[in-house]
Amino acid sequence: MSGGVARAIALLTGDPRADRVVPPSGATARLTVFAAAAMAFLAVFALALSLATGRLADRWSEALAQGATIRISAAAGQMQAQTQRVLDILAVTPGVASARALDAAETRALLAPWFGADLPVETLPIPQLVELREDGAGFDAEGLRLRLAAEVPGAALDDHARWRRPLVAAAERLRLIGLLSLGLIGSAAAVMVTLAARAALAANGQVIRVLRLIGARDAYIARAFVRRFTLRTLGGASAGTALGVIAVASLPRADEAGAFLTGLGFSGTGWLWPLAIPPIAAIVAFWATRGAALRTLRGVQ
Amino acid sequence: MIEFRDVAHGYGGGRLLSEMTLSLAPGSFHFLTGPSGAGKSTFLKLCYGELSPVAGRVSLFGQDLAAMSRDDIARLRRRVGVVHQDCQFLDHLPLTENVALPLTVSDRAANPTELDELLAWVGLSDQAAALPPSLSGGERQRAALARAVIMSPEVLLADEPTGNLDWDMSLRLLTLLVELNRMGTAILVATHDMNLIRAAKAQVPARVLRIRGGQVQVAGAEL
Repeated sequence: MSGGVARAIALLTGDPRADRVVPPSGATARLTVFAAAAMAFLAVFALALSLATGRLADRWSEALAQGATIRISAAAGQMQAQTQRVLDILAVTPGVASARALDAAETRALLAPWFGADLPVETLPIPQLVELREDGAGFDAEGLRLRLAAEVPGAALDDHARWRRPLVAAAERLRLIGLLSLGLIGSAAAVMVTLAARAALAANGQVIRVLRLIGARDAYIARAFVRRFTLRTLGGASAGTALGVIAVASLPRADEAGAFLTGLGFSGTGWLWPLAIPPIAAIVAFWATRGAALRTLRGVQ
Repeated sequence: MIEFRDVAHGYGGGRLLSEMTLSLAPGSFHFLTGPSGAGKSTFLKLCYGELSPVAGRVSLFGQDLAAMSRDDIARLRRRVGVVHQDCQFLDHLPLTENVALPLTVSDRAANPTELDELLAWVGLSDQAAALPPSLSGGERQRAALARAVIMSPEVLLADEPTGNLDWDMSLRLLTLLVELNRMGTAILVATHDMNLIRAAKAQVPARVLRIRGGQVQVAGAEL
C-alpha cells in the first residue's frame, strides 16, 4: 500500500482522541456540509451540460461533414421527373456516396413536431426532399448548385453549413462553459471551505495555543481540523451528488420532448462521471483546510 | 538545562529585559521574583520558546531555540512542564483528558492507573470527570500541575501558580513542587509571594532570582 493511500485511510479513520481536542463547531459544520452539497449538486448539472453539449457538437459536426439535402419545388405533375433528374445528377457527381428521396412517411415525421402526426402530406404542395451522403473526399457544393440551377431550376441544395456551423460553434461554446463552470464551482468550493476552516481556526485560537504549548506539532493540530472539514465536505458532496444525479435522471427524455433536443443528461458510462465529484471535493477540502491551518499555525509560537 | 546568554526582550520597541546571562542546572529549584510587569512571565516564555529574544541566545537542553524548527521545538516542549498563570485548559474536555493532553498530542496512550495516581497526588480524584470551568481556582492550579508533570518533565516552569490561592492551598501546591524537585525535576517558579519563597527555602535549597531594571540578579539573604 502506498504512503499516500495509507495516509488517506488514516485521515478517514482518524484518531478519536485527537479529534476531541478541537471543540465541536455546530453552525460551521452544518454550513460546510450544506455548501458542499449545493456545490456538488451544481457540479452534477455543469457536468451533465458539458457532456450533453459535447455529444451535441459531435453529432452535428458529423452530420455537417457528411450530409446535405436538396429541396425540390415543382408542380405536382413534374415532381417525380424532377426528383429523378436530381437523383441522376447526384449519381454521377464526384464525392456523393449515396442519395435517396425521402418518402411520404419520412416527410410526415419531419413535420410532425409542428403540424402533428396525421398531416396529409400527399395532398399538400410540400417540396420533395432528397438526402445525400458524402464520401470521404466530399463534393463540390458550388459546382453542384450551379448544375442543379441549370438542369433542375426548382431544386435547391442545402449543405446544412448555413445553420449547422453556428449551432456546432454554440454547442462547443456551451461545452466550454460547462467545463468552466466546473472549474468555478471547484474554486468556489475551495474558497468556501477555506473561509469555514479559517473561521473555525480563529474561533479555536486558544485551543491551538494550548496545544502548541504542551508540545503538539503543527501537523497534529492541522490534522484535527483537516479531517473534520474533509469528512464534512465528502459527506455534503456525496449527498449533493446523489440529489443532482436523481434530478438529472428525472429530466424529460429527449425523444419525448422533441427530436431536436439532445437531452441534458448522462448517457452510457457518462453516468459514472458524477461519482468523481465527492472524492474531488474532499481532495479540494483537504488542501484548502490544510493550507489555512498551516498559515494560521505559523502565527502561533 | 536552561541557558540565557546576553538575552534581551521587549515589546513595541522598548526593552523589558536586557543582557540576561544565567543558567539553570538540572535538579535545581529557583524562584523568579520581581514587581508586577517586571518581566517574569516574559522570562518564562523565553525559556520554552513561546517568545523569541530580540537579542542574545536561549538554549534549552543545550539546543539553541532560535535555530530549531517548529516541530523540534514542539518535541522539546514535551520535556518541559509549564503551569500557566491562567492554567490554559480546553474547557470542552473533562479533567482527565486535559491532564492527559500532553500524552495525546504525542500520540501516546495514557495509562489509566498512572493517571488515577497522578490525580490522587494532586488531590483531584473526585474531580476526574469535571469540566475545567466547574473547578475552583486551587483545583485548576493543581490540575495544571498534574498536566505539567504527566510527561515526567526534566524541568517545570510555573507562572504565579499560587496567585489566586489562599495560603493553605498555596502551601499544598508548594509541597507538590518540593516533592517533584526531590524526584529530580528542576523547578522555576515565577512569583511575587515572599511568604511562599520563605516557606520553600525552609524545605529545599532554593535560589531566588530577582528581576530589577530589566536585569536578573541573585537575591540576597534578606529573603
